[in-house]
Amino acid sequence: MPNPTDSVQPVTQAVVSVEVNGITESRMVESRRLLVHFLRDDLGLTGTHVGCDSGNCGACTVELDGVTVKSCTVLAVQADGAAITTIEGLAASRFFDDLCDAFNEHHGLQCGFCTPGMLMSATALLSANPEPTEPEIRRAIQGNICRCTGYVNIVAAIADASDRSMSG
Amino acid sequence: MVSVYLASVGYLCPGTLLEALAALESNPAARPLAGGQTLINVLKGRMVEVEALVDLNRVDELRGITPLPDGGIEVGAMATLSDVAGSSVVLERRPVLAEVVGSVADIQVRNRGTIGGNVCASDPTNHLPPLLVALGATLTIATPGGERVVPADEFFLGVYETAVGQGELLSAIRIPAATGSGDHFASVTIGREGTCIVNATAVVGGGSARIVIGCVAPVPIRATTMESRLAGRRISEPVVRDAASGLGESLTPPADVHASDAYRRHLAAELSIEAVLRAYAKSN
Repeated sequence: MPNPTDSVQPVTQAVVSVEVNGITESRMVESRRLLVHFLRDDLGLTGTHVGCDSGNCGACTVELDGVTVKSCTVLAVQADGAAITTIEGLAASRFFDDLCDAFNEHHGLQCGFCTPGMLMSATALLSANPEPTEPEIRRAIQGNICRCTGYVNIVAAIADASDRSMSG
Repeated sequence: MVSVYLASVGYLCPGTLLEALAALESNPAARPLAGGQTLINVLKGRMVEVEALVDLNRVDELRGITPLPDGGIEVGAMATLSDVAGSSVVLERRPVLAEVVGSVADIQVRNRGTIGGNVCASDPTNHLPPLLVALGATLTIATPGGERVVPADEFFLGVYETAVGQGELLSAIRIPAATGSGDHFASVTIGREGTCIVNATAVVGGGSARIVIGCVAPVPIRATTMESRLAGRRISEPVVRDAASGLGESLTPPADVHASDAYRRHLAAELSIEAVLRAYAKSN
């Protein structure tokens, strides 16, 4: 846990050190910089997407210190000292292969723009609740908007992935 | 190309409540940053000008959820909505709080968003202001000179305006014990578990009811006439429906893209009736 600033003088930039997908990165960033832009532009991890400008769509979803968050509503400076998993690091999850196979077979994506966020939320769901009901799946992706699929295939894919993980 | 959404802003990250108050005192143009689920989006849209942010996310002393000896609960202002919704203390002592908090927005928002931030935003469509007024909650405000306690029905002053003044911070919310009363929060929302169009909370027990309506005015509205008609009465649907007569007409709700003022008046009455009947069914 990093030390908070001692001074009462506000800073307009600071060094941020984060562990992203297991690798520690340090950069000087402006205080106003959003975490999503830090991940995409400063670290080159463009799998996390910016889909709206209002914190609604969830295409920017990452895991921050063990919980899913919308990285467009977090400042990069707030993530100093944190451990972050982005879609690029999700392959390490035990659910990843089953989720990808299921999304493929159930046609759980069309343009794919919402998909990294959907997979982040699906992984968080299955990690906490390996056998979710359909209402629980729908609730888990409430913060991820899809413009293409109408969600039916996404829900089916997550349900199938959960079956596969339970039996495999 | 570097993406820039927010205007330039200063940043402070205190580790204690005293440091946070000192930071606000030294920087009168600074605003506290809680979960950021409202404020960061407001800053992205450049809807307000903020010179600096005092980040409260490392002030661990504001995160606790504590059972009180009188059967109530003290919830720290920086407890996340996820923390509150999943707290065994809340689920056991006042489950309506966990249910309502757990229905706000979505999981990602609840993982960062805080109960204090939701309350201090005093958005007329937020769930927590009317719920806290109905529960008879009290809110502790920390100031450089000490702290003061404000009852919920004096806390919400207007749209985005609360009793928390410049240089002060909401530090905790106390929820009284249920003592045999039943609680119910009824709402019509935009989509399932979305933003409220109208909500009504009832706390019913011991021959009386507290009924609070949200989304019909800048601040939560107590349905005092309906409450007084129900005092000492045996609760049944005809009695409750009769007590709600004239409730809609007494309100002047806004009309917007989600509902006309007439529909909000209708919902206010129907949801108040539903809330009272369901709360009564849960009471001892």
